[in-house]
Amino acid sequence: MPSTVALTVARYRPERESEPTFQTYEIPFRKDWVVLDALNHVKDELDGSLSFRWSCRMGVCGSCGMKVNGTPKLTCATFLSDYVPAPIRVEPLDYFPVVRDLVVDLTDFMRKLKQVKPWIIRTEEKPPAEGEYLQTPDQLDTYKQFSMCINCMLCYSACPIYGLEPSFIGPAAIALAQRYNMDSRDEGAAERLKILSEHDGIWQCTFVGECTKVCPKHVDPAGAIQQYKLTGATRWVKSLLLPWGTR
Amino acid sequence: MDLSSCDVLVVGGGGAGLRAAIAVAETHPRLRVAVISKVYPMRSHTVSAEGGAAAVIKAEDSLDEHAYDTISGGDWLCDQDAVEAFVREAPEEMLRLEHWGCPWNRERDGHIAVRPFGGMKVERTWFAADKTGFHLLHTLFQTTLKYDAIQRYDEFFVTKLLVGEGRCQGVVAIELSTGQVRAITANAVILCTGGCGKIFPFTTNASIKNGDGMALAYRAGAPLKDMEFVQYHPTGLPFTGILITEAARSEGGWLLNKDGYRYLQDYELGTPTPKPVFRSMELGPRDRLSQCFVKEQEKGRTLEGPYGHYVHLDIRHLGEKLIDKKLPFVRELCLKYVGIDPVKEMIPVRPVVHYMMGGIHTDIHGATPLKGLYAAGEAACVSINGANRLGSNSLTEILVFGARAGKAAAAFAAEQAGASPSLVAQAHDEQRRIEERFLRKSGGKERIATLRAEMHQIMEESAGIYRTETVLKEAAGKLKRLQERFQDLSLDDRSYTFNTELTAALELSYMLDVAQTIVHSALERRESRGSHQRTDYPQRDDERFLAHSLAYRAEEGSPRIAYRPVTITRWPPGKRVYGR
Repeated sequence: MPSTVALTVARYRPERESEPTFQTYEIPFRKDWVVLDALNHVKDELDGSLSFRWSCRMGVCGSCGMKVNGTPKLTCATFLSDYVPAPIRVEPLDYFPVVRDLVVDLTDFMRKLKQVKPWIIRTEEKPPAEGEYLQTPDQLDTYKQFSMCINCMLCYSACPIYGLEPSFIGPAAIALAQRYNMDSRDEGAAERLKILSEHDGIWQCTFVGECTKVCPKHVDPAGAIQQYKLTGATRWVKSLLLPWGTR
Repeated sequence: MDLSSCDVLVVGGGGAGLRAAIAVAETHPRLRVAVISKVYPMRSHTVSAEGGAAAVIKAEDSLDEHAYDTISGGDWLCDQDAVEAFVREAPEEMLRLEHWGCPWNRERDGHIAVRPFGGMKVERTWFAADKTGFHLLHTLFQTTLKYDAIQRYDEFFVTKLLVGEGRCQGVVAIELSTGQVRAITANAVILCTGGCGKIFPFTTNASIKNGDGMALAYRAGAPLKDMEFVQYHPTGLPFTGILITEAARSEGGWLLNKDGYRYLQDYELGTPTPKPVFRSMELGPRDRLSQCFVKEQEKGRTLEGPYGHYVHLDIRHLGEKLIDKKLPFVRELCLKYVGIDPVKEMIPVRPVVHYMMGGIHTDIHGATPLKGLYAAGEAACVSINGANRLGSNSLTEILVFGARAGKAAAAFAAEQAGASPSLVAQAHDEQRRIEERFLRKSGGKERIATLRAEMHQIMEESAGIYRTETVLKEAAGKLKRLQERFQDLSLDDRSYTFNTELTAALELSYMLDVAQTIVHSALERRESRGSHQRTDYPQRDDERFLAHSLAYRAEEGSPRIAYRPVTITRWPPGKRVYGR
């Protein structure tokens, strides 16, 4: 194994330059290091001006998503040893405006997240003092997978539809909508379906499944989108046959 | 300068902050509440909590049992009125989370499932597999989205509290995306900024945990309470410090020394049994288990690897099925970060800095002595955790006391008139300070990483699991010199757009202040209690120290330590007994 590795990092400092550039740093190679450790080595020892987000360093806060050699990755869960002796290239996630260096603008996602109403909707709420809503382990299992999303944005960066059509509500937000739809405590599925049907993006999804491939938490957003399309299509057919209601 | 205002401003978007914001929105729907955070709320460190959250729900349990476990676990330094309120309100808060959608694990009949936890006499820990904090945080965050009254300032870094006419009236903050310095005024401010594990080199804590709120309160004149009590979690992965949840032991995991021997039996923690026994052996409290590791190391019975001494956590006998159902994250983390499969191999672990029992001094409503300033969660010290927190009490604490602080702050804010005119001048001064001290400073030769590494070393040597007078005294002097050298800091990055070197510098200055309060409080407490062990004063001394320490910022910069009595209601100080 080599003792050093060449780390090429995309730089963009809007106060200084109008276009992104690349800068290469030589960093020590350690087999325990993840890509994020290498970036921190640069920041601490070589160049304090490099900007990137990170926090938990254990793959659960979702802050440190970047492209590593072209693929969206959590840099805290991507080891240098998976690449060396080849050089490593780190870039900001695709399809998001770049704020600075490896930091991208998440405003669009934060807006979409709210649009899908990711909270329990009920016609009647019982007070907590009356105890829990019962939910069997099987009922929990139907939505559990979709509840594991850490909002790391890798799926958006991998999604060809989002790249072409920025109004597409996107894999993570749809998976989250589906997480609540399938929760036995929730009664908001119809409301959410209405919101999603208004955005035609969902129909353009060709089920290439890139989102599911890059998801570090095995959420399977592509599966959620397929489920959604099925429910949506069934309801649409029903609404033609039964104009007085789909319930 | 851009000025904005709200009625209640919550600093920090973790569990405590979000719960506080919802409490404001629900109890005072006409107030404007805002959450300001240096990260997007779902990045907050609550996300990393694993094992669960304690609340009495089962018929065989009682509030008094939960209170007693908490108080004895805290070595009688908890305020018992706070603990009583805590255990009483815990079940309802947890049910509320259930109603908001938290995917708690269930019994076969659909009721909430609970698991045992360290120092608890009954199974009372609610859990969502071993990602409880993650689910709790996302449930809370997603629930806040339905309240239009809750406004957010995402990625704003708070640099100062605005204090006028003797009350806290807002903050000065840097908007990270632009570097613009902004003043946000409020009739009440709630600090929910979490702990400060990053003061130490080896910690489970995320990079964002730098004691921001503690330092902000301290600089504004509010005291920090019981700062000498630093929790070492007994099972962290070497090198990364990644937490292996206590649930691994509560489900039946064993701690083994290099001879494969369950060494806890040698330290008055009971006798080994194949199945876990409450308040015994591996289900002992965290302070005692971490201390046992050091003793074991002194006897030469630990293993040694590239990142120091370690012991083994063995969960192989639990079987793949149980591990995948109840400890999937443990398996995921071990596979990813150590390259071992805990179904087949033992996990290397060692004690790791995890949690601050101390924090901003508050009453049981979350109010600090500074009018208009409230605090909740790890940033605060109510105190329900005393000298040692029990695992699974902190997630519940952020809900109970987040809600309490939210309600109290809203009630206070509703009665205040507008902001004082003097605040604008203060905010301009702060803007000038940031410019002159960091962005336009000429000269300076110190680097952040160097000073931070020296602080880490000082803290590990002096304020670790065992402490002594001489080393603490030296540490106090060394920290003071480090603070002087901080004045000579120079940044590579002088730009405004998302300048993370500037925020790292500000975080370092927060950590240096807080580190001083830890060392000085530890120096003055000449006894051993809970997580604070003095080899030169090995006994608990209730005559002199059944008291909370309060660290005030003195004129010359070093902390001044005072004390206040512990509130005892129904449980007079006794001996902590485990294993029988």
